[in-house]
Amino acid sequence: MDEFRILSPTAILGYGFPEESFQAGMKKNPHLIAVDAGSSDPGPYYLGKGVSFTARRAVKRDLTIMLKAAVPRGIPVVIGTAGGSGGDPHVKWSLEIICEIAAEQGLHFSLAVIGAEIDKETVFDFWRQGKIVSMAPGPELTADDIEKTTRIVGQMGTEPLIQALDCGAQVVLAGRCYDPAVFAAPAVRAGFDRGLAVHLGKILECAAIAAVPGSGSDCLFGYLHREDFEVETLHPARKCTVASVAAHTLYEKANPYLLPGPGGVLDLKNTRFEQAGENKVRVLGTRYSVTNPYRIKLEGAKKNGYRAVAVAGTRDPVMIGRIEEIIAGVKEKVAENFPQAPYYLHFHLYGKNGVMGKLEPVKDSTGHELGMIMEVVAAAEELAKTICGFTRSTMLHFGYEGRLSTAGNLAFPFSPAEFAAGEVYQFSIYHLVQVEDPQKFFNVRLLAITGEGRGTEI
Amino acid sequence: MKLPEIAEVIRSKNSGPFALTLDVIFREEKDFIRAKEGRLFNRDLIAGLYQISPDDVLDIIDFAPAKAFKINIRRPVPAGDLGDTDVYGAQQHAPLLGIELV
Repeated sequence: MDEFRILSPTAILGYGFPEESFQAGMKKNPHLIAVDAGSSDPGPYYLGKGVSFTARRAVKRDLTIMLKAAVPRGIPVVIGTAGGSGGDPHVKWSLEIICEIAAEQGLHFSLAVIGAEIDKETVFDFWRQGKIVSMAPGPELTADDIEKTTRIVGQMGTEPLIQALDCGAQVVLAGRCYDPAVFAAPAVRAGFDRGLAVHLGKILECAAIAAVPGSGSDCLFGYLHREDFEVETLHPARKCTVASVAAHTLYEKANPYLLPGPGGVLDLKNTRFEQAGENKVRVLGTRYSVTNPYRIKLEGAKKNGYRAVAVAGTRDPVMIGRIEEIIAGVKEKVAENFPQAPYYLHFHLYGKNGVMGKLEPVKDSTGHELGMIMEVVAAAEELAKTICGFTRSTMLHFGYEGRLSTAGNLAFPFSPAEFAAGEVYQFSIYHLVQVEDPQKFFNVRLLAITGEGRGTEI
Repeated sequence: MKLPEIAEVIRSKNSGPFALTLDVIFREEKDFIRAKEGRLFNRDLIAGLYQISPDDVLDIIDFAPAKAFKINIRRPVPAGDLGDTDVYGAQQHAPLLGIELV
């Protein structure tokens, strides 16, 4: 085999894609359909809470089209970072959707499920042995961080995915996964160069984001050869250009020349990008070097309490001019009223520094109105709502010097003015662990999906 | 010339929860080369624009295949921690808009 063809339907499973693009990709006879289903970008909540940041209906829509096209033709489907964060509840949620689709569409196939969640005791063992290192500029890991963490996942490389395919899986549903691995693993297994396969995976995992105009909701097609690879758009409205593909190499990465992943580093120092057709770009020269020891990224989130928020605005120039002292006064009143309870109270001021916080270079807001979110985090939801409500009423009637609008200081767009915003999580682990076996944390289970709405262990 | 007149992309995004990565992609090769040779993007400029310590400017890297510069800075608050204002880090690019290439 001299060409390995890969269809990447969308940047994140659930972000959608035009069916005509997908069908155009199917006409090119792909050897693989792969998709990245997750990201840590939406923040620590989804990992900690065990829920997806994508909607069930949207994920089901995308997967239905993929499975209906792939399964009858015997094309493998590989899904990485199931459910957005790739923990056990995320994998379970995705598995239920797949079983439901199989039942509705009458599809039968073998499915490998690869877990990526790691228990605390295991992480403690590695930590005690000094095998967990920080990722600059992140902090060192402490015992307290591990102790307080709700959920920990490891980011698998290609090895567990290859094992799953070796077991005969037609569909692979993996927990937390290095994004390019779902594209690279089947290609490496077919004997293609790892550097080219991983680099192609890096581009395909964001689908048409690497095209111009870019989109996270459209397909991208990859052709992997022995000495190069090509990426191509499938929608007539988009093109892959040298500029769009090369620029994508920068996206979300700390260094465009050296891209570290599980067990190795992608080296782009000698990479060349060439226009290979109107919609197609060829990439050559990327190398891969194995790192020793093999390192896997760990991600963990811990719970910090519950959040309540109130949304309001002011149109009063006197209030806008004195906002800092008014906030200080309100905070003082809140502190007097709730002396025992530890809580966090923050005013997000849109029109001043709501977007950039400490990094905002413009110090004086000159807008005619100011928007604010009053945020409270406390140990219990009721307490957070109580303090948020108290803050809102105190702010509404706070008497400040020069006040003209004595009926109320705030405009509330909603009734009720404050909302419970759920549990608050924080990334507590974002570190690298050294392992001897790349498959160490990732258990592969093979299920027969028989169209009865559930899987049976094989 | 100010950057928005000669750059195709000026953006920010998280690179992990502890760092922000700022990308400037030029339209013309000549502007990229001028910016590179004149060391337009340097630690002091970025530290000044974002009012951070020069030590918190982690890297400034040029990437010729994309006519681009990448600047990494330490996040003042890790993504999603209490006090964060931009979980994805996608709106921290504005201070770059006033940079002038002379």
